[in-house]
Amino acid sequence: MREIDIRHINKAYGEVRALQDISLHIGEGELFGLIGPDGAGKTSLFRILTTLLLADSGTASVCGLDVVRDYKEIRWRVGYMPGRFSLYQDLTVEENLNFFATVFNTTVRENYDLIRDIYVQIEPFKKRKAGKLSGGMKQKLALSCALIHRPDVLFLDEPTTGVDPVSRVEFWDMLDRLKRQGITILVSTPYMDEASRCDRIALMRGGRCLSVDTPEGIRATFDKYLYAVRSASMYKLLLDLRTYPDADSCFSFGDAHHFSIRKEVVDKEGEAVFRKDLQAFLTAKGHADIGIEPIKPGIEDCFMAL
Amino acid sequence: MKSPLVAFVRKEFIHIFRDKRTMMILLLMPVVLIILFGYAITTEIKCVPIAILDQSRDEVTQKMISHFVASEYFELYKMIDNVEEGRALFRQGKVRMVLIVERGKVKGESEIQLLVDATDPNEATQLSAYATQIAVEQLSPFTFHLSTGKGIVPVISLLYNPQLRGAYNFVPGVMGLILILICAMMTSVGIVKEKEIGTMEVLLVSPLKPVYIILAKATPYLLLSLVNIATILALSYFLLDVPINGSLLLLVGVSVLYALVALCLGLLISTIADTQQAAMLISAVVLMLPVILLSGMVFPIENMPEILQVISNIVPAKWYIIAVKDIMIKGLGLGSVLQEIGILSLMVVVLIGLSVKRFKIRL
Repeated sequence: MREIDIRHINKAYGEVRALQDISLHIGEGELFGLIGPDGAGKTSLFRILTTLLLADSGTASVCGLDVVRDYKEIRWRVGYMPGRFSLYQDLTVEENLNFFATVFNTTVRENYDLIRDIYVQIEPFKKRKAGKLSGGMKQKLALSCALIHRPDVLFLDEPTTGVDPVSRVEFWDMLDRLKRQGITILVSTPYMDEASRCDRIALMRGGRCLSVDTPEGIRATFDKYLYAVRSASMYKLLLDLRTYPDADSCFSFGDAHHFSIRKEVVDKEGEAVFRKDLQAFLTAKGHADIGIEPIKPGIEDCFMAL
Repeated sequence: MKSPLVAFVRKEFIHIFRDKRTMMILLLMPVVLIILFGYAITTEIKCVPIAILDQSRDEVTQKMISHFVASEYFELYKMIDNVEEGRALFRQGKVRMVLIVERGKVKGESEIQLLVDATDPNEATQLSAYATQIAVEQLSPFTFHLSTGKGIVPVISLLYNPQLRGAYNFVPGVMGLILILICAMMTSVGIVKEKEIGTMEVLLVSPLKPVYIILAKATPYLLLSLVNIATILALSYFLLDVPINGSLLLLVGVSVLYALVALCLGLLISTIADTQQAAMLISAVVLMLPVILLSGMVFPIENMPEILQVISNIVPAKWYIIAVKDIMIKGLGLGSVLQEIGILSLMVVVLIGLSVKRFKIRL
């Protein structure tokens, strides 16, 4: 019984409706991602599930325990890592870990096997104060502290925000290993590229759950053609692409613009003709060094399309 | 396996000890306050410059003048020859009192006149009282009439504090102030800090009972305030010669009770404030000002408007200071401070009830 069940949860802060009719079921041992920008309601949902916040309506259960009625029992069984670094900055790595172990009536030695993979990376710095660690190491320490009591369910609220790309990859590798131990993990992130590391994801925006599926399933719902378009003058290109007749959407993605167009528009005359048309259109607008290549949609493309 | 409470208290001590600046403030504040109140901020009369105009110049008045000069209250600035010179010295601010001994109408009889600078009325009252006292003492063997009160000479004896030492009043006051500051302000800041840096969120999602969190936060500051009580008592006993006439055990007991009231106030503040600054501000305004203004430490409660007198009843420091004075200065026993102990205990119960009720088990 390590599942999370969320049914019709609503939560409002005054006028702001933070969560609107959220229903999700997360199975035992699943690595489930909440994907969405700031203000999507991810943190509110975490706080309701970790018994910190009461929902206005709806019910939720963690490990089969009701988040309102059985909050005491739930607090024994979940590990929680809040969005910002919340360990004691003036305590050393070792002291932080020992403190949280004692709070849960356990010892570091007892559960060392669970955190070993993570902890060995920060162990050389165990005498260093937590406030003096780098962002990546802070997250590893926070994860170790959240795991120290061998929780059944792990809640990680934006664990990789503010962490360098290499540490982020390492962090997700660790989550994979934890998942294999049977721990149910609910993780949130604003980074769409991390979504593919999850078993299933929920795309959230403005307090609503837009879509729930596996990353592949979500990508498969993208029913348009997608092109990466580049030129010498990228900002003008973005504006010009949006004026292209039949253009569906165009968003800036790093070094290229992702330009989507309905399939029937392209299929009517064939792919090659469409690309030639687009090239001519852009050349007429005065663009040079134009590059157009078809690409597979990512999670972010799907998110933007929703 | 260590108990969570012990580990938590240990963590709190680490927080205090690693924050060197705060710890210095905590330990040095009583010392600084005692020395400030003992030596700098004093309302006692010492070495006030005076001028003397002696027109009588007989043996008796000479003797009296020499006593004036020798007393620690006054310091002779100048012997003057006429009243006008004295007025000039007043205007220049060189002296604060002029003593004029006039030749009487009959030979061998003298009149004493005191001119006092009353820009500070309290000081003027004290100066004239001291001067009268010296005159009475020196002249009483002779025929002396205090104004015209012929035959009636008031005999004043000052109980408990015959030398009118200010320290007898402010040492209990400073104890009341320091305990409130350390226990209430530090506890509230300590708890609110956890809210601010986000660790409270993690602590709440742990099986740790809220009462453990509260106890663990309060214990270190209770111990620290005991250290402070010891410092203050030692300093005032050895440095300022303030006696401890009553039972030391009772004194410490009442202080611990008062510290508990302060801790509970701190807890209550922590349930209201969301940032450390807010906690500090509330502590300063809600706790420190009443302690200084309404506890009777600086201004006598009897002189206040009735509404403030009523309000002063809810200031814990008022009752604590009364109890400390009774025990320390008057040397009274448990029986005479029962009312104060009762009121402080009641405050503890009410405040604990309130803050436990307000302490959120959720965010």
